[in-house]
Amino acid sequence: MTGGKMVLAADAQALETKHLGFTISPHEECAVEEAVRIGGEVVVLTLGPAEAEEQLRDCMAIGADRGILLKTSEEWDAQSTAAAIVDAIRAEGPFDLILFGNESADAAGFQVGIRVAHALGLPVVTGLKKIEVQGARVRCERDVGGARDVYEAPLPTVLTVLEGLNLPRYPSVPGRLRARSKPLTVVEPGRPEQKLEKLRLVVPEGQGKQAEILEGAAQVVAVMQSLGVA
Amino acid sequence: MIVCFVDDDELSAQAVGFARRLGDVRAVTFAGAYQPAAWAKALAAQDADAIVAAGSDRGNELLAHVGAVLDQPFAANAIALDGDTVTRVRWGGSLLEEAWLHGAPKLLTVAPHTQPAAEIGDVETLDAPDDGSPKVLERVEESSGGVSLRDAKVVVSGGRGVGSAEGFEIIEELAGLLGAAVGCSRVVTSAGWRPHADQVGQTGTKISADLYVACGISGATQHIAGAKGAKKILAINTDPEAPIFASADYAVIGDLHEVVPAISAELRKVRG
Repeated sequence: MTGGKMVLAADAQALETKHLGFTISPHEECAVEEAVRIGGEVVVLTLGPAEAEEQLRDCMAIGADRGILLKTSEEWDAQSTAAAIVDAIRAEGPFDLILFGNESADAAGFQVGIRVAHALGLPVVTGLKKIEVQGARVRCERDVGGARDVYEAPLPTVLTVLEGLNLPRYPSVPGRLRARSKPLTVVEPGRPEQKLEKLRLVVPEGQGKQAEILEGAAQVVAVMQSLGVA
Repeated sequence: MIVCFVDDDELSAQAVGFARRLGDVRAVTFAGAYQPAAWAKALAAQDADAIVAAGSDRGNELLAHVGAVLDQPFAANAIALDGDTVTRVRWGGSLLEEAWLHGAPKLLTVAPHTQPAAEIGDVETLDAPDDGSPKVLERVEESSGGVSLRDAKVVVSGGRGVGSAEGFEIIEELAGLLGAAVGCSRVVTSAGWRPHADQVGQTGTKISADLYVACGISGATQHIAGAKGAKKILAINTDPEAPIFASADYAVIGDLHEVVPAISAELRKVRG
């Protein structure tokens, strides 16, 4: 979701989205780009409302071959999201590489990819900025502030990635046209009991400061001096 | 008993502080190469009412593994736990969620810089046998030129308003005069004007500068998520309605292409 201000819906269960656009989260966008670069058949999957078909079509426009939409009408917690993805992977797979964003931009649970790996009995490496498939293994790198940790995993494996892994391309017009006729499977999974059960969302206090207006460079430099940075 | 995984860092001291308010704390860690699945297995085997860690890359990763091993819910980046009710940070801090955290033990990480730090005290080293899962094979140090974005005292950042890769010359000039790191918004990295390593934001670097100078940045919530760790924010934008001003302490309404060089000139002048 993109926008400048957080406004809650009347029931405090979600953001007011009337004036907002939806988009793929940045980490996931890089995951899709990486899958297309690695090659082979690329399948994109999301769990979300019917409108999320648009994001799946965007992924198909940059080269994914087909899509799976796990159609839902409410938000799902991480555990039930992972379980639904595991069912879909078992039905549609097997896959050599299962890529996730490290964490979603909205729910930020930091766990769906890891839970899927455990359920499928696969290895998992998270938070990656570099992936190299070398035969039946994958070598990957994770940023750890001024250094990179190197991991290896045998295929098939689950990997979760971060923005910066690559620079995702924009969908082309011919790509968008092709995407329209690519296969999309829609599944409506049943929503299990939520174990991290959302009660309400709250906008934290302290948003909406009154900025002091500065006129001209001299005032700016005076402020910098008062802060001890100039 | 609360089991708290700790690293030797400030965020772990904050997690211990949080955990002590829940009950008696056993601080634990591991030796040897980082092997998340194996370490998590050992954590999951502990007898605990709650298992807690810092909301760091490692802490979130370990607790997610523990949640998967135990098939229990895990609340990432919590700021409070009251009985079964957890309050946690979402949307990079722009929104809080109150939720019931069912099940036991309670699994959670502590949102960075939301809790006072405590003395970590005695730390027990747990045994985690190598189970063949992925682990760190080597660490490659990166030689980086200039000031690091994460630790810089001042960050001068440019957004869409800068207009081009070349437009960053005036940003770099001001940053040079202030001993600052250069940052940018996501629009800039997506356009290829700057590398992703320069990006300030929810999916880039979260800064902790004394002063953040945001030039030609509109101020999407995802950008603010990375900038709000700064003590003061100075925004320069032609549009007085730009959302960045709602997060700024100081505002200059004007064209960065004129304002930024003028600030550099003024700095040179006062320094003689």
